[in-house]
Amino acid sequence: MATLNVLILVCLGYVVLLFGVAFVADRLAASGGGKWLRSPLIYTLSLSIYCTAWTFYGAVGNAARSGLEFVTIYLGPTLVMVSWWWGLRKLVRIGRSQRVTSIADLISSRYGKSNTLAICVTTLAVLGGTPYIALQLQSITLSFSIFAEADPAGLYREGSSVFWVAAGLAVFAILFGTRNLDVNERHHGVVTAIALESVVKLFALLAVGFFVVWGIAGGLGPTLDRIDASKIGQWQVDAGRWTTLVFLSAAAFVCLPRMFQVMVVENDDESHLRTASWAFPLYLLLMSLFVVPIAVVGLDLLPEGSNPDLFVLTVPLSQGNEWLAMLSFIGGFSSATSMVIVTAMALSTMVSNHVVMPIWLNTQEGTGSVSGDVRTIVLLARRVSIAAIMALGYFYYRLSGGGAALASIGLVAFAGISQILPALVGGLFWRGATRTGALVGLSVGFALWIYTMLLPDMGGGIIPNSVIEYGPFGWGWLRPQALFGIEGMDPLVHSVLWSLSLNTIAFCVASMLSFPSPLERLQGAQFVNVFDHSTALRGWTGSVAQSEDLMIMTQRILGTIPAQEFFQAEAERQNGRRGRLPEPTPGFLERLERELSGSVGAATAHAMIGQIVGGASVSVEDLLAVADESAQLLEYSSQLEAKSAELSRTARQLREANTKLTQVSMQKDAFLSQVSHELRTPMTSIRAFSEIMRDTDGLSAAEQKRYAAIIHDEALRLTRLLDDLLDLSVLESGQVNLNMGDGTLRAMLDRAVSSALAGGERPLSVRRVRSSERIQLHTDLDRLGQVFINLISNAQKYCDAAEPILTISAHDVGGQVVIDFIDNGSGIPPEAQSMVFEKFSRVGSDKAGGAGLGLAICREIMQRLGGEVTYLPGQGGAAFRVSLPLAYRQAAQ
Amino acid sequence: MSRKVLLIEDEPNISEAIRFLLTREGWQVDTHAEGTDAVKVILAARPDLVILDVMLPGKSGMDVLRDLREHDEMTKLPVLMLTARGQSRDREMAEQAGVSRFMTKPFSNTEVLTAVRDLHAQASRS
Repeated sequence: MATLNVLILVCLGYVVLLFGVAFVADRLAASGGGKWLRSPLIYTLSLSIYCTAWTFYGAVGNAARSGLEFVTIYLGPTLVMVSWWWGLRKLVRIGRSQRVTSIADLISSRYGKSNTLAICVTTLAVLGGTPYIALQLQSITLSFSIFAEADPAGLYREGSSVFWVAAGLAVFAILFGTRNLDVNERHHGVVTAIALESVVKLFALLAVGFFVVWGIAGGLGPTLDRIDASKIGQWQVDAGRWTTLVFLSAAAFVCLPRMFQVMVVENDDESHLRTASWAFPLYLLLMSLFVVPIAVVGLDLLPEGSNPDLFVLTVPLSQGNEWLAMLSFIGGFSSATSMVIVTAMALSTMVSNHVVMPIWLNTQEGTGSVSGDVRTIVLLARRVSIAAIMALGYFYYRLSGGGAALASIGLVAFAGISQILPALVGGLFWRGATRTGALVGLSVGFALWIYTMLLPDMGGGIIPNSVIEYGPFGWGWLRPQALFGIEGMDPLVHSVLWSLSLNTIAFCVASMLSFPSPLERLQGAQFVNVFDHSTALRGWTGSVAQSEDLMIMTQRILGTIPAQEFFQAEAERQNGRRGRLPEPTPGFLERLERELSGSVGAATAHAMIGQIVGGASVSVEDLLAVADESAQLLEYSSQLEAKSAELSRTARQLREANTKLTQVSMQKDAFLSQVSHELRTPMTSIRAFSEIMRDTDGLSAAEQKRYAAIIHDEALRLTRLLDDLLDLSVLESGQVNLNMGDGTLRAMLDRAVSSALAGGERPLSVRRVRSSERIQLHTDLDRLGQVFINLISNAQKYCDAAEPILTISAHDVGGQVVIDFIDNGSGIPPEAQSMVFEKFSRVGSDKAGGAGLGLAICREIMQRLGGEVTYLPGQGGAAFRVSLPLAYRQAAQ
Repeated sequence: MSRKVLLIEDEPNISEAIRFLLTREGWQVDTHAEGTDAVKVILAARPDLVILDVMLPGKSGMDVLRDLREHDEMTKLPVLMLTARGQSRDREMAEQAGVSRFMTKPFSNTEVLTAVRDLHAQASRS
């Protein structure tokens, strides 16, 4: 009667029911109604996807094979819920404040948003999830086969049924999980459907339990007697295996992607955890209540060799209670589908967010904007991911041969996913944990898990049996199930012990040896101190007490009066009157944030209001934005500093230039005054005598001649003065053209002496050492001659000795030719020596016709020729030294 | 009565020209060509009038005049000052120092003679 067709119809009907529930729940959630959708009860029931087909069928099988060991699978989550709810609360808080979408996202986010880590975790989750999905496939297929055996039509074929089950589940998961894209990655419809399935599977298992205890065994007392009589009651507890299993199930409860999905991502309210912390263990207790009785009765009733994993189905069937068997089947089906749906959703989120989308975005780079079709791409990526994950599960099932016990497959998955635990817990509680540490730890644990558990578990399909027995290349110490020669251990305990402990050690050591990036530091602080940074409140809401704090803060930023103005205006807007603080309504807070952001920058304003109102946590993005703003301010201020330094430098240069100009101007005034004097003096004589000659009658011939001579001399003096001034001006402006030529010093001195003495009236004898004058010069001969003539005529004019003698001597000193002109007069007084080369400086009262420009001209000429003329003190008479570089000197032969 | 003028000037040609002009006017002209002991010379010579150059070797005409006016009996002595620099600042300084008449070189002979006559007439009247 109970044909496969009916079964399939029932299944389809059940799926349609689930779909309807999900649809209605989604509608309700979208329209803001259906508060019960966000109740702690729904949350708790959704957590029960922990109990998969493995639990539903496998627990009985496990009890039949290993006694009370199945309890460990319930003990782990119970311990977590009861004693580690504060850790879960932290996880949920972080998940909400960081808008985490999956466990891969959480790990990646904690360690500086590293996509490498996300890919690692995703890979691990997919690899760990694949056997688990295979397990669900197997359970459904097995349960089908039970009914198929009873089906007279005999249409059932196992291989194709697995395929169709996998395909059906994939379609189911795609329809449920990726109907639309929710911003918060919350799926109220799916969660509600799962909650319904939880009720169904609990109800089914309880129904079977009641049937077994009261319908078959005949009440509680006889059941207990049967248990005592069976071998289950005598099994010894293996402490090592128990501890390992409790630990594994606890770790998996936290780390499994589907558990993370319902516990953290789908969580609506942190306080739901409080209810779940007692209600979920209660659910687990109810689920496990009749496991042992069913196992014991099954072992008693059914023939030797029956699969204990299917007792939940076969026991009612053996009693002819097909409707109960059908209910039981629906319970198992619920367990499998809910697990597969949520797992596929969670894994596809991870795969699409961390693998597909980054690749897609990379290929899109440079082709322009990423616009509206991203949603389509994401949905497509998720659907394909789901199909791929289901395909993986299918192939795993085919590869592993489908023969392994359900519980064993589940444990493989548990051990795999537990490798995330060190990075997860370390990330939550240890700020020193780094990306490198997490990567190294995960890789080590992952590799060991594959080597010691996954590969041997898959049998001879992947690695040869010789490797398992003797180790790779015959290295015994590398045997997958006896690493480093530790033998005789349960393979599960062995693998978990090695992989998790080495994982943890590698994680810690690598974390301590590496340095976190700034983003990692910030995220680390955000995660570890999540309760300092955020509160459970939602949105911008606050009390009047916070208004006061806001007021104080605003005063500090805007100044007292503008802040009061702003608050009063807001109070008026709210209550129609001034004089009291406004309510911190969301609108007001937004306006305040805008107002403040004008002064301190948007990110800082957001963070400050967030700190006071506490509605939203200060996210890392906020902190980074604050840091950016500060950095900009710093840059502005350093630019200002640079500008101000430049300004003060310019000011100093201007001051210096001004001082120089003032000096130059004073020098120019003095010079003009001097020139005026020097011009007016001869002009005075010329005018006076010419007037005398014009106005005076009867001047003697001698007088006339004398006065005319004076006029002539003074006119010459004027001409000389003008010549000198022009000469000096040309030399000083640097526009003089040097007329370079070659000549010997001796010839030049000959000419200079004769030309100087020719015009002079006073006697001067010149003494020379002519042999020392054989020096070849390459210079402007006329200009150098001018200097010589000047010095000789100075001696002639000013030497006050009775018999004036000028001694001219030439030396070759260190690449220079040095010519000294020393007379035997009284010389220049020391106080005047420093002045002799200045313009218009004249020593003594002697008006020998010079304007006092001669030596100044000499100095300029020598500078142009690359040499110098200096006064030699302490030589008795006046002594001048002319020195000239000898770059082109040749000895005259 | 003999009128005596003391000419303090370091340019010999200018000295000669002034000496020529004033001698013909009946002045007895003494000359001195240096600033350092000019005051001593004036005090010793007791001239009726002093013609003083500004740019003198040793000590400037301004200082000579200032020191001269320190002596009580010299406050009224007519002093005609000659300068070749001709800046207005020099004129002010000279007036502060107590100059009787200030002239800029080059001057016309008539100017000098008129100035000498006026100064002498004023001095004689008082």
